[in-house]
Amino acid sequence: MSALDLSRWQFGITTVYHFFFVPITLGLSWLVAGLQTAWYRTGKEKYLSATKFFGKIFLINIAMGVVTGIVQEFQFGMNWSDYSRFVGDIFGAPLAIEALLAFFLESTFLGIWIFGWDRLPKKIHLATIWLASLGTMLSAYFILAANSFMQHPVGYSFNPENNRAELNDFGAVLTQNTAIVAFVHTLSAAFLVSGALMAGISAFLLMRGRAVDAMRTTLRMGAVVTIVAGLVVAVSGDQDAKIMFQQQPMKMAAAEAIYETESNVPFSILTVGTLDGSTANCWLCIPGLTSYLATGDFGATVYGMNNLQAQYEQDYAATGITDFKPNVPVAYWSFRLMIGLGGLGTLFGIWALWATRRRRIPSSKWFLRSAAVVPFLPLFAISFGWIFTEMGRQPWIVFGLMGTQAGVSPGVGAGTVWTSLIAFTLLYGVLAVVEVKLILRTIKQGPPTNLPADPYAGAGTEDRPLTFSY
Amino acid sequence: MSQATDVNTLQLVWFALIAVLFTGYFVLEGFDYGVGILLPVIGKTESERRAMITTLGPLWDGNEVWLLTAGGALFAAFPEWYATLFSGFYLPLLLILLALIGRGVALEYRSKHASLTWRRNWDYAIVIGSFLPALLWGVAFGNIVRGVTLVTQPAGNIIYGGSFFDLLNPYALLGGLTTLTLFVTHGAVFLALKTHGTIRVSANKIAGQIGIVAAVFAVVFLLWSQLSYANGTTWTWAPTLLGAGFFVGALIANRLGREGWAFLASALTLGMAVIALFGMLYPYVLPNIDRVGPALTVANASSSEYTLKIMTVVALILTPIVLMYQAWTYWVFRKRIGAEDIVDAEKGSLDEIYS
Repeated sequence: MSALDLSRWQFGITTVYHFFFVPITLGLSWLVAGLQTAWYRTGKEKYLSATKFFGKIFLINIAMGVVTGIVQEFQFGMNWSDYSRFVGDIFGAPLAIEALLAFFLESTFLGIWIFGWDRLPKKIHLATIWLASLGTMLSAYFILAANSFMQHPVGYSFNPENNRAELNDFGAVLTQNTAIVAFVHTLSAAFLVSGALMAGISAFLLMRGRAVDAMRTTLRMGAVVTIVAGLVVAVSGDQDAKIMFQQQPMKMAAAEAIYETESNVPFSILTVGTLDGSTANCWLCIPGLTSYLATGDFGATVYGMNNLQAQYEQDYAATGITDFKPNVPVAYWSFRLMIGLGGLGTLFGIWALWATRRRRIPSSKWFLRSAAVVPFLPLFAISFGWIFTEMGRQPWIVFGLMGTQAGVSPGVGAGTVWTSLIAFTLLYGVLAVVEVKLILRTIKQGPPTNLPADPYAGAGTEDRPLTFSY
Repeated sequence: MSQATDVNTLQLVWFALIAVLFTGYFVLEGFDYGVGILLPVIGKTESERRAMITTLGPLWDGNEVWLLTAGGALFAAFPEWYATLFSGFYLPLLLILLALIGRGVALEYRSKHASLTWRRNWDYAIVIGSFLPALLWGVAFGNIVRGVTLVTQPAGNIIYGGSFFDLLNPYALLGGLTTLTLFVTHGAVFLALKTHGTIRVSANKIAGQIGIVAAVFAVVFLLWSQLSYANGTTWTWAPTLLGAGFFVGALIANRLGREGWAFLASALTLGMAVIALFGMLYPYVLPNIDRVGPALTVANASSSEYTLKIMTVVALILTPIVLMYQAWTYWVFRKRIGAEDIVDAEKGSLDEIYS
């Protein structure tokens, strides 16, 4: 394999891995902040118990997100240095602002939250978890604005003197519809995952009779979050698709495996075809739905990949790229897996609310089994969503501006990338086992039950032993 | 050297800001690394080790963001520097990344489980994960100041033309030993300031011992830099000598048991060293080793004026706010910690009912 292919694999592996921890951080931070606020307001022990319990899971998770995030920032320069030169003038700014505005907020206030239970007044301690949550959300916004530039570059001009793209309208980069929709879609998906995780864990403990009061509350809370977030994911996903049909028609044509430009295009739910255009992709289809999803009109014309290929060959002849089609089976299947798995997560939310109606405690074996699986469904849905959006953009690294092959580091050989690829994969594999083990341990141990009435008692008094240490 | 004349104010501001960000990183994570390296040296018992890690607990992640901000700022303000440096120094940076991953997870996970095997394994990750970056950032900065082989690509981009082993030259390795020993001293001084009892006593003693070694390395390294690689700049003698003075002050204060002053002086030493090195580096950001061939300068590696303007406004607003709330964290956790404060040291925080 060439350094280019290896660098792509490395970026794919490290990014998908990093993004297992990110959505849980994004959603769970707010849910934990919500639980602690409920405790602050009501003083009920169940909320404190749930705050501590889900707080632990949140902290085990975020540690992995933080350390794998450093790799993300470094590998643009390490593996994609020509890309970094070409777009650094635009792409670097949101990354630097992400660190300065969001990462500092998140890491500093999280540190205070973890160790500050007995050191700070109750209200200020509560504020620290909200500030940390705000940090995670801001970080998502800036990195998605940067990614949206790669999907749909705006606010720049090409400078032939130094052969690079230069920023001329930062507002456009931050506020283009691609970025805003991606933010809503990603954030709601993060809440979908976190709600499902909370509901799944709570259901498991509830059915074993552990901390019943707290777990019944968090089961319903997780279920409601899952349902509401699922709706927002669907609506924003629909908007995102409509925008992408305009901005990246090739990606959407690949998602639907449409080769010829046609009107009244059906939506293929599943196919047994080869997806190479030689057989029809309709095995189970809804007539006109793709046209409708693209434009809001069932009869509308949707461009096929062959026509787009012919057009791009003329428009982008200077890039030296010959094949403008992404990997169609990857685009087609990842798109469907994203929707299907995300939808299943939402359905579990509805089931959970139904199963706990009017003080009921669920007892069905299938409900328990589903609870064990359900947190992973939307989590994998998000991975497939990113695989779709990034693989679907190929052969471009920045759509219409720079081919992926042109962005790779010229001085870094295949042997070097093999070294890092193997090192990251091995280390990430070991850490995944450790992380899952710790989370399972935490779940087995369950929420604390004999909490002191006021964990803040004696705050500010000197010379009392630490209630928390590393 | 004609490039130097074209440098505009914003480029100069950002060159200085990159120096500020690396100063922040070295001063703050420098002691994190020092404490990590000293973990098995000073922490003989489980209580002592946990007390040492707890001094870092609420702080280390916020400290590490200084590195992320420096990296992001390098990308935004000097994309050519970021691209050439990060792709050229690929393997050392890979080692730093692996070290930081293992170390960060280790700090967070170590005490969550009671098993002693579990904890010994994480101790390795903490020591190695602190040792490698402490050494390798010095090697990296040594190579930046010394200059590397740079070649021009057909498209006009200037990329690293040397090998991994070219980076392991005596001067850069001495730079590595300098940061390593300075960080260990800085970490020992920090520990003496933040702990009481046995840890404080050992930390104080070790700061004095390693401090002498660090002083020798630092003086030879900075003299070598000034005499061989300063590009004709002479004002950098001032921060070099000031840095040396501060370090002597730090060692004296440490000897007298004035830990606050010792820490401040040791932080100022690191700041002066960064100023001196960046001063010598200017007007380059990555010189060619022969000072004749293609090189990256403050002028030719920077972003456009528009981007630098936006970044300047953002930095001017946010940096003071960040400094204020980080300072507040240090205030909240100002209390000294000792081994005897760790309740049930053998227990894991996931094994306790209340944590």
